[in-house]
Amino acid sequence: MTHALSDSATMVRRNLKRMIRYPSMTFQLLLMPVIFLLLFVYVLGGTLGAGIGGPSGGRAEYLNYVTPTIILIAITAAVQGTTISIALDMTEGIVDRFRTMAIARVSVLTGHVVGSLIQTVLAMAFVFGVAVLIGFRSQAGVVEWLAVAGLLVAMAFALIWLSAAFGLVSKTVEGSSNIGLPLMLLPFFGNGFVPTDSMPTVLRWFAEYQPFTPFIDALRGLLMGTPIGNSGYIALGWCAVIGFGGYLWSKKLFNRESTR
Amino acid sequence: MTAIKAAGLRRSYGDHVVLKGVDLNVPRGTVFSLLGANGAGKTTTVKILSTLIGADGGSASVAGHDVASDPVAVRAAIGVTGQFSAVDNLLTGRENLKLMADLNHLGRTDGKRKVEQLLEQFDIADAADKPAASYSGGMRRRLDLAMTLVGSPQVIFLDEPTTGLDPRSRRAMWDIVRRLVASGVTIFLTTQYLDEADELADRIAVLDHGKIVAEGTADELKRRIPGGHVLLQFSDPRDLEAATRVVRNASRDGEALALRVPNDGSVGALKALLDRLDEHSVLVDSLSMHTPDLDDVFLALTGKPETVAHP
Repeated sequence: MTHALSDSATMVRRNLKRMIRYPSMTFQLLLMPVIFLLLFVYVLGGTLGAGIGGPSGGRAEYLNYVTPTIILIAITAAVQGTTISIALDMTEGIVDRFRTMAIARVSVLTGHVVGSLIQTVLAMAFVFGVAVLIGFRSQAGVVEWLAVAGLLVAMAFALIWLSAAFGLVSKTVEGSSNIGLPLMLLPFFGNGFVPTDSMPTVLRWFAEYQPFTPFIDALRGLLMGTPIGNSGYIALGWCAVIGFGGYLWSKKLFNRESTR
Repeated sequence: MTAIKAAGLRRSYGDHVVLKGVDLNVPRGTVFSLLGANGAGKTTTVKILSTLIGADGGSASVAGHDVASDPVAVRAAIGVTGQFSAVDNLLTGRENLKLMADLNHLGRTDGKRKVEQLLEQFDIADAADKPAASYSGGMRRRLDLAMTLVGSPQVIFLDEPTTGLDPRSRRAMWDIVRRLVASGVTIFLTTQYLDEADELADRIAVLDHGKIVAEGTADELKRRIPGGHVLLQFSDPRDLEAATRVVRNASRDGEALALRVPNDGSVGALKALLDRLDEHSVLVDSLSMHTPDLDDVFLALTGKPETVAHP
């Protein structure tokens, strides 16, 4: 326990170095949300913007509407990287070496998780930057921005732990690249791109109660000044459940016997 | 003092019983070799002793600590170099060693000194800043072992340290192991090569299908092994039949048209064999001499040949 922090710091350094040495995956994961942003704003945004109503009801309106979702997509894309890099790491002998060393075992995982969190925060900042560049404007003040940052980091942290478990449970690296796919699609089955009240009943019911909907409601509220209600608390509750569940699951999976 | 002690170790994977009660006793400061074919259970034994997996039955202690009840103390005392490379391919040689120094909590100055010393000692200094992925097999194995040594372990497990290496790298690895022994550590070495065990080990245990079938010094074991054999190759099955009748103690070599005849390799014994074949007009296609190898060990100790990879 005494070494948990220093061992984790060592492992974070290892993972950051690995990300720098193998940047193609990082770029790939960055590209995805940016493509989504451009696609939804420029290809679909004119029509969708008219559909959501609002004061101007056009492309600019839709950009503001969809940006929180695209930031969420940036998280779900970045955590695919967590899953893949953990699955890849588990196939390498060095993890068995770590297991035979007198180190804080969890540091192997925290190294990945904290490394991924840094990567995800940078990805979110980058995507925000692109959104601002093409015209995204927020009404948020300092307090709201801090709340946005806190909420995003909480969700990123939670999804990274879940993705860590996905990486550990995958038998192969190929398998690991598919296991997180539902996570990337989940924002579509919610209020991410269009309001839920246009959906058929069953889908609407799912869309309203799935974890990403209150999260996006809260983000939109903080950034655009729309009503938030309990969404912020519900979103944080989901983060706690997903994050803690992912942590416990990952820990259990990692402490399984090495099967190689 | 005992460095490694095991009693009645058993382990199965599903229905497949890998270890059927293995007893080991390795005194401190010695080299112990576990000799066996692929699938005999060598790696499973190492995995249990190095706390990677648990045993289904029996008990084991390493450096005085029970592997099941006090794995953390065992891990603090051991170093493991497996047959699968355990280096980080994206990091350089120096970074790999630095990683180990950090995880062993050596501190900045001591860690740096240790890393530089190992780079020199293991002849990696020239490639220290290249990624490990670009290293040759022998070099990677040296880095692997150097990483194991960063923590100055008392007991070192080497699981098939030379499998897949070319002869020169193999010799280099042997030299490294000999130097390690001189520094007083205990080494537990698994190998499928008799000559390797012979070169390095103080004591050898032969593992066959999950059981130790013989244990002793290399000389003790060799006394139980016949002095090699001559392999006679035939092109006509009738000659093979005839030879089987006239040569004593011969055994068929699998499906091939070949006969394995115990022979010490002396000129006299060879001449006697050829004369006898000649007397009975048996036509031999070709002949080759074989010094004792793992096949012979298994033949002698278990009464059945083993399929093994040859060096």
